[in-house]
Amino acid sequence: MEIKVLGPGCSKCKQAETVVMDALKEAGVAANVEKVTDIMKIASYGVFGTPAVIIDGEVKCVGKVPAKADVIKWVKK
Amino acid sequence: MKEETTKLSAISPCACESPQPPSRRISMPVYLAAGIAALAVWWLVYERLEAVAAFFAYGVLGMKPSSHLGEAVFFFIYETPKVLMLLTLVVFGVGIIRSFFTPEKTRAILSGKREFMGNILAALLGVVTPFCSCSAVPLFIGFVSAGVPLGVTFSFLISAPMVNEIALGLLYGLLGWKIALLYAGTGLFVAILAGWVIGRLKLEKHIEDWVRELRVSAVDLEDMKMTWHDRIIYAKDAVKDIVGRVWIYVLAGIAVGAGIHGYVPQEVMASIMGKGNWWSVPLAVVIGVPMYSNAAGIVPVVEALLGKGAALGTVLAFMMAVIALSLPEMVILRKVLKMPLILIFIGVVASGILMVGYLFNAVVGLPFFVN
Repeated sequence: MEIKVLGPGCSKCKQAETVVMDALKEAGVAANVEKVTDIMKIASYGVFGTPAVIIDGEVKCVGKVPAKADVIKWVKK
Repeated sequence: MKEETTKLSAISPCACESPQPPSRRISMPVYLAAGIAALAVWWLVYERLEAVAAFFAYGVLGMKPSSHLGEAVFFFIYETPKVLMLLTLVVFGVGIIRSFFTPEKTRAILSGKREFMGNILAALLGVVTPFCSCSAVPLFIGFVSAGVPLGVTFSFLISAPMVNEIALGLLYGLLGWKIALLYAGTGLFVAILAGWVIGRLKLEKHIEDWVRELRVSAVDLEDMKMTWHDRIIYAKDAVKDIVGRVWIYVLAGIAVGAGIHGYVPQEVMASIMGKGNWWSVPLAVVIGVPMYSNAAGIVPVVEALLGKGAALGTVLAFMMAVIALSLPEMVILRKVLKMPLILIFIGVVASGILMVGYLFNAVVGLPFFVN
């Protein structure tokens, strides 16, 4: 599983990463988590709000910190 | 798949927006009753604050009512719970409003709109759309790629930090509707005018090339429908998040306000920030631009300054200069805008604020504003 957390580095973006890591631990799922901070790369995904979360190429959340319960749902699929 | 009769999440399809569903569904009438009760309690406490603060400062701590320290301490003890309570209420209310607006919706509304009409819409939307300044850039890129004209995009980028709904709510609570309206009106005016001017200057070539060469369409998550329950959770989370982040700035602002209230003599304030001198407005703008404070934190300072007789236009200009332009945001915007455009942006906004400052110092004698 490939997870990308997009965000230039403000506190919300760091929060999003923490939520994802916590959710993975709770769900007991292993995944490769990559933090993307480069604005150009973020834009190339068609994402216009940060933070954002992409799982296995699918954009799951844009513009806000996802709820841990939701992340758990996504990774368990 | 077992069917759960109490499943809440069936109503809110988008994963992002759905809160942790509670195990039982709280009905609307219960919410309404709880809400009204909470408001009543809030109001009762709020009304008593001044008396309790006076009791604490003068009675318990033994401060002397007209002494510098006494006044400052009283201000601090009174203002802290007052502003925090007001902040909580305002952020909650604003959270509910914001739950109706998303950047995606804004982008859809603004794409293809012509100048002027677009500037007005953008400025209005900037006030109510939730906007974190770190998403200024992705948002900018999104707008540009959706065909929103540059000037219109700027109207949004200016009004979003400048007319901050939280500051608006605080001003209303602390200083009355006239001042709040003034702030909102002039902020929108500057956003619309500055955006329009920038649009007229045809500065598209100063957008970084890679932005203009971007050929991606936006990822659009399905339309999120929020129930009232979802909205209340959203607003509650906003209160936890924002008040949790901002309270320290508010305390700092109140401390500065307390210092001004207790220690700065009326004459000094009148001479530095009074209407009499022509240089108070430019000075306020020059000092304000490089400063950055959270919008909530600056309001107690504004309150103290006005209480000491500083001219309305000067104080408004100062407040706007502080919150509209922030160094972190400029640094981030540098990734998508070339230097000339950034400088023009700062210049146009500062000039607009300057104009507003002078205008209001001039009209403040009029009957409408004599509170």
